[in-house]
Amino acid sequence: MRFLARRVIASIVTLLVVTMLVFGLSRIQGDPRALLISEDATQKQWDALGQELGLDQPVYKQYLLYVTNLVKGDMGDSTLQRKPVAEILWSRIPNTAMLAAAAFAFAILIGVPLGVLSAVKRGGFWDHGVRSFAVLGQAMPVFWVSLLLIYIFAVGLNWLPASRNTGWTSLILPAVALGWFGASGQVRILRSSMLDALDSEYVRLARGKGVSARAVIWKHAFRNALLGPITFAALTLASLITGSIVVETVFSWPGLGLLAVQAVSNSDYPILQGVILLTTFVFVFVNLLVDVLYMAIDPRIRIR
Amino acid sequence: MTTPVAEPVLLNTWSETARYSRWRLRRWPISSIVILSVLIVSAVFAPLIAPHDAKLGDLGDRHIPPMLFGGTSDHILGTDSLGRDIFSRIVHGARISVVVTVVALGVGGIIGTLLGVVSGYAGGWVDEVIMRIVDIKFAVPLILIALALAVVLGPSLGLLLGLLVFLVWGHFARQVRAEVLVIVTMDYVAAARSCGASPIRIMYRHILPGVISIVAVVGTLQVGAVVLAEASLSFLGAGVPPPTPAWGSMVAEGRLYIATAWWVSLIPGVVIGLLVIAVTLLGDWLRDRLDPRLRQIQG
Repeated sequence: MRFLARRVIASIVTLLVVTMLVFGLSRIQGDPRALLISEDATQKQWDALGQELGLDQPVYKQYLLYVTNLVKGDMGDSTLQRKPVAEILWSRIPNTAMLAAAAFAFAILIGVPLGVLSAVKRGGFWDHGVRSFAVLGQAMPVFWVSLLLIYIFAVGLNWLPASRNTGWTSLILPAVALGWFGASGQVRILRSSMLDALDSEYVRLARGKGVSARAVIWKHAFRNALLGPITFAALTLASLITGSIVVETVFSWPGLGLLAVQAVSNSDYPILQGVILLTTFVFVFVNLLVDVLYMAIDPRIRIR
Repeated sequence: MTTPVAEPVLLNTWSETARYSRWRLRRWPISSIVILSVLIVSAVFAPLIAPHDAKLGDLGDRHIPPMLFGGTSDHILGTDSLGRDIFSRIVHGARISVVVTVVALGVGGIIGTLLGVVSGYAGGWVDEVIMRIVDIKFAVPLILIALALAVVLGPSLGLLLGLLVFLVWGHFARQVRAEVLVIVTMDYVAAARSCGASPIRIMYRHILPGVISIVAVVGTLQVGAVVLAEASLSFLGAGVPPPTPAWGSMVAEGRLYIATAWWVSLIPGVVIGLLVIAVTLLGDWLRDRLDPRLRQIQG
C-alpha cells in the first residue's frame, strides 16, 4: 500500500509541475487580455476585464485560480473559435482514441507473435528476418512511414483513402503507420525476455519432464516473460499519444494531435494548453495503472 | 559466464551462443562506421561537396526526378518544389543533424551523468529528489511542450537544442545512478573513504571512471532517439526555421507533392533511417563489447 501511495503522490506532483509549466508559458506569451479584447477598448474596459480574469491578483493567486478552474473542468476558451476548450477537446477525443486503439492492437498483434517466433527460432532465418524488421521499424521516422504507406497504398495501388476520416477504411493506414514503431519495439523486448525465460531452470525442468514444446513456450516461458513487455506496452501506449500528433498531421485525421498542430499555426494557445494537459494526464494515469498491474502480477514489488 | 559443467544436454546451445557472440564481437560494425564517416565528412565539408546552392533554387527546375528515375546527372537526387537540388540540401542538412546530436548528447550527457553520480553516491533525500525529477521528465510529453514553446518563443536552433538536451539527460541519470549503486559497494571506494578522501574526490576519481563505459553506451543508443526527435520537431515546424535545410523539414515540405514527386519527401527520410540504423547497430555492438551485462538497456 505504501508503494501505491507513493506512486499516487508522485503522479499528482507531476501533474502540478506540468500545470505550472503551461501556466508559466501562457504568462510569457503576454497579457491574455490582448487576444480577448478589441483594439479600441478603453482603459476602463481593459481594467475591468483584468479584474474579471483575476489579473490584478498576485501571480500565485492567479495560478491557484487557474488550477481550481482546471479541476472544475474549465480550461478557458479557444481564442480562435470562441468556444470552451473542454468542449472542443471532447469532440476530438473519440478520433484519437480510435486511432490509438487500432495502432495499439496492430502493435500487439504483430509484435507479440514475431517476438516469440524470433526467440524460439533463435539464430535462424526467421530470427534474422524479424530482427531486421525490428531495427528498420525503430529507425524510420513515423512521418516517413506514413508517407510511404500513402505513396504505396493510396497513390500507387489506390486501395485505401489517404486522408481524413471517411469510414473505417481510412483508419487502416494511420493505424499501421502509428503502430509500426510500437510493434518493432515490442519485438525486441519480447525476444530478449523470452530468451531469458527459455534459458531458465523452470523451463529446463519442464522440458526435462517431457512437457510438449508448445506448452513449454506458451505456458512456462511466455507467461514469465511478460513483465518487461507489459511495461513496454504501456510505454507504447504513451508513445502512441505523441506519435499520433505526427500521424494525424500527415493523414489529416481529425483528432487531438491535428488539433494541437493547427493550434500552433493559429497561435491558439488555450487549445494547445488543453491538449498538453489532457495528454499528460493520460500519460501519468497509464503509468500509474502499469504500476498497479505490476503489483498484481509480481508480488515481490509490493514489499518495496 | 560460468562453465555449464553440470548441464551436458544444454551445453550445445550455450557454446554455440558464445561462439556466435565472440565471432560477432571481433567484427567491427563496418557499415555503421562507413555511413557515419560519410555523414560527418559531408557535414564538415558541405559547401565543398554540394554541387548546388542548398537554399536557393531555380523555379524552372522544380520537381526534376532523381537520376535513376528519368532525371539528369546534374541533380542526382532530383529537385524539390522550389527547384532546389535535393542532394545539396541533404548534404547541408547533415550539418544540422550532426551539430544537434553532438550538442544535445554532450550537454545532456554531462548533466545526466553528474546528476546520476551524485544521486547514486549521496543516496537519501538527494537521491529521492533527483530521481523524482527524472520521473517527471519522463512523464512530460516533449513534442507538445516543444510545440507550445515554438508558439510562445518562435522556433530557433537554440530552442531545438534545449529541447533535445531535455530529452536525453534523464536516460543518462537513470542508468548512471544504477551503475553507481553497484560501484559504491566496491572495496576500493570504501578504501578511499577510509583514507579520508572527500566525497567530491571519490566521485571524481573513483566513481566517474567506472561509469564512462555505460555513458558511452547510453550516448550511442540515444543518438537515434535524438535524430528522430529532431526530425519530428522539424517536421512539425518546431525545429530550425526555414530555409535552412534539415532532413525532417525536407520531408514535411515534400509531403504535399507525394502523389507527383515522391522523391522530395521520401529520399530525406531514407537518409534519416540510414543514420539511425547505423548508430543503433554501433550502439548494440558497443554495448555487447563493453559490457554484456548491459543487455537490458534499449535504445
